[in-house]
Amino acid sequence: MLEVRGLAKRFGGVVAVDDVSLQVAAGEIHALIGPNGAGKTTIIAQLAGSLYPDSGEILFLEQDLTRTPLHVRVKAGLARSYQITSIFRRFTVLDNLALAVQARSGSSLSFWRPVAAERALFDEARSIADEIGLHEKEDALAANLAHGEQRALEVGLALATRPKLVLLDEPMAGMGPEESQRVIALIQRIRARVTVLLVEHDMDAVFRLADRISVLVSGRLIATDFPEKIRMNREVRRAYLGDEIAA
Amino acid sequence: MKRNVILLVVTAAFPLLMDLTNQQFYIGFGTRVLIYAMAAASLNLVLGYGGMVSFGHAAFFGAGAYIVGILAVEGLRSAWITWPAAVATAAAAALVIGALSLRTRGVYFIMITLAFAQMMYYVFVSLKAYGGDDGLSMPGRSTLGFGLDLAHDLTWYYVVLALLAAVLYLLHRLVHSRFGRVIEAIRENETRAAAIGYPVYGYKLLCFVISGAIAGLAGALIANQASYVSPGILHWIQSGTLMIMVILGGVGRFWGGPIGAAVLLALEETLSGSDLLGPYALHWQLPVGAILLAIVLFAPQGIAGLAAKKRHA
Amino acid sequence: MSGILLLEQTLNGLQFGLMLFLLAAGLTLVFGIMDMINLAHGSLYMIGAYLMASLAQATGSFWVALPLALLATALVGAALEMSVLRRLYERDHMTQVLATFAIILIANEAVRLIWGSQPIMLNAPPGLTGPVELPGGMQYASYRLAIIAVGLAVAVLLYILVTKTRVGMLVRAGASNREMAVAMGVDIRRLFTVVFSIGAALCGLAGAMLGPILAVQVGMGENILILAFVVIVIGGIGSIRGAFVGSLLVGLVDTMGRAMLPIAFAKMFSPQVASNLGPSISSILIYVLMAAVLVFRPQGLFPARG
Repeated sequence: MLEVRGLAKRFGGVVAVDDVSLQVAAGEIHALIGPNGAGKTTIIAQLAGSLYPDSGEILFLEQDLTRTPLHVRVKAGLARSYQITSIFRRFTVLDNLALAVQARSGSSLSFWRPVAAERALFDEARSIADEIGLHEKEDALAANLAHGEQRALEVGLALATRPKLVLLDEPMAGMGPEESQRVIALIQRIRARVTVLLVEHDMDAVFRLADRISVLVSGRLIATDFPEKIRMNREVRRAYLGDEIAA
Repeated sequence: MKRNVILLVVTAAFPLLMDLTNQQFYIGFGTRVLIYAMAAASLNLVLGYGGMVSFGHAAFFGAGAYIVGILAVEGLRSAWITWPAAVATAAAAALVIGALSLRTRGVYFIMITLAFAQMMYYVFVSLKAYGGDDGLSMPGRSTLGFGLDLAHDLTWYYVVLALLAAVLYLLHRLVHSRFGRVIEAIRENETRAAAIGYPVYGYKLLCFVISGAIAGLAGALIANQASYVSPGILHWIQSGTLMIMVILGGVGRFWGGPIGAAVLLALEETLSGSDLLGPYALHWQLPVGAILLAIVLFAPQGIAGLAAKKRHA
Repeated sequence: MSGILLLEQTLNGLQFGLMLFLLAAGLTLVFGIMDMINLAHGSLYMIGAYLMASLAQATGSFWVALPLALLATALVGAALEMSVLRRLYERDHMTQVLATFAIILIANEAVRLIWGSQPIMLNAPPGLTGPVELPGGMQYASYRLAIIAVGLAVAVLLYILVTKTRVGMLVRAGASNREMAVAMGVDIRRLFTVVFSIGAALCGLAGAMLGPILAVQVGMGENILILAFVVIVIGGIGSIRGAFVGSLLVGLVDTMGRAMLPIAFAKMFSPQVASNLGPSISSILIYVLMAAVLVFRPQGLFPARG
């Protein structure tokens, strides 16, 4: 579904991403792991369209998206959630989600009819809120949500665009074990209809969810394989996993 | 809804009251308030709802005024032609200025809108044939037909009121429509708005143009008000005045523009006209400046914001 | 077009550009380091001119009054920064625009109250009232030459200050990355006050020096402020080098445009067209320049921030 070839990006003298190539197959959950500063978010940014690579290609469903703007990629079915929560703070949870639904259902060059009257929009927003576990906080202002709830909304916004592939950038950042379990369950639920590229530090979640894992160290991809193989991989253990994996 | 009806009745009754009590001067004052209410409301769209700090709104206000003035001097006085021409010109100016300015943001955007507005000022002021520094005197107000004589102040007031009501109604529908939602979302979090699929630049530009067009209409009306177009209308001080109105009334709140216009003009009138400041009446801008500073520092939500807080308390 | 006219206009453009640089330098530092848009910068320029006029009259000497005026303006700037502007650093740009706009209103009226509404006199020092003969036989106002000399001297001083001193290093660090500077333990509050006061002194210098040439009147700050903004857009925010290049560019384009364009138009078009078109196009020339820079380099020619 997604093919990345020779992606490279430097900032001044620093090489953030160095000749990275990977594939994400349709229907899989593909995890991208690596130490802090390895370049994971930079890769996500380039895939999503917040940054353009210096060289390399990004092909999504056979389409070359290397240099297309953000909003066009979303329309093509490629959505992203952010590592640092980026939601519409002064809108309610429902309005947040409705916005994303609105973007893909008809034209927003509509100046007369009140949005509040569009029941279909809000019904769908409600079902998404339900799915991400924010059913009871629908009418709460996004700014007033707890951290874990905001992260859930963060993911929900990406999902509301009905993507074919969703880039989840550390969805469990800053979450306790119970909240993390909920996110893991959510990802397991959605995998039926969405391909997932997941960036995460929570190794427990990664090994439970991922079909395949790619390991990024200092901007270079050092391994792409099935989870058990990655666990055994000497280079990976040395560079990153080390004592982090108990079994 | 009930509040709006009361408001309409009051504003409709106002000039009749003034006429009866022989305070005709205030009919003209009231008309000015209505016109500035429209101009301020147009700025509120782009500033409050859109989050774009445009410091060059006077360009569109003034362009509208000058178009009507120039056409009047050239013999074209029908409102049916000159007013739409004013709106179209202001919209075109907004399209060009917006297209260039919206490629930047933050401090750059503010300065660039300011600079372009100043450019418009110089363009119109250097037209010696149309008044230059002294401003442009028109032979009289526009003609509307239907037996309505706009030179008659009372008729003029009601025409302006009708237009303001129409504009406010359209704006109300606009901000609650899909378009309005997107604009507010862009204001809240532009990156995320793009990340959920909205072509942000296009929406901002459209909002900017709509706002400019309405300002152009207000400009057409202000030219008619005194049958005179002052070059000061394009000056950035005018842009600042409009901004003051919006923040005074409550930026991003629907009635912010009209409330701010009414309050500022009333303030100006009382401070400069009455004996409140005594021999210092000429320096009324100083207390206005001080009040503005205080509001900005301590009550950034403006008057509409304070009223909203009271209702929730 | 004669060579003498060309040279004269070039020198005028240089002179204007250098004074513009004094304003733009302070302004761009405030934008770059404090991320604050300050419309009242022009008011400091005006205050500098007025203080200079009064001090020159009180002391009877231009050269004695000048350093006093600079100091006084710097103090006014510091007072303004510590009382009001400090509260604006954390606020959004619209708030800053409105607050500093309010300060302009207050400053203009305060000046009117103290000095009256009529423009006041500020004379060039007695030694510099006459023309000077330049190589090539051309006569040029000695005072204007003095302005150019002062402008260049200040530019060199600023360059040394910013690149070679510790304060300058802090300023540059702050301009390119404020969070980093704070993290490194720089006393931000004091740095801001110092930067602002230096900027105010520069404004005062420009006001004092331009006073004898332009009129010292209320509102003089607003006109030059917009030009300073154009300079910064062209030069890039936070960059002194950008401010320097931008100022000279704007000064030269504006001055020479106004002088040359009507002449050029008179040669190309009928006198009717030339007299109408000439002034309007030359006055918008710098804005067209700004628009052109925006199209190709929206960050300006030498942006300080990456």
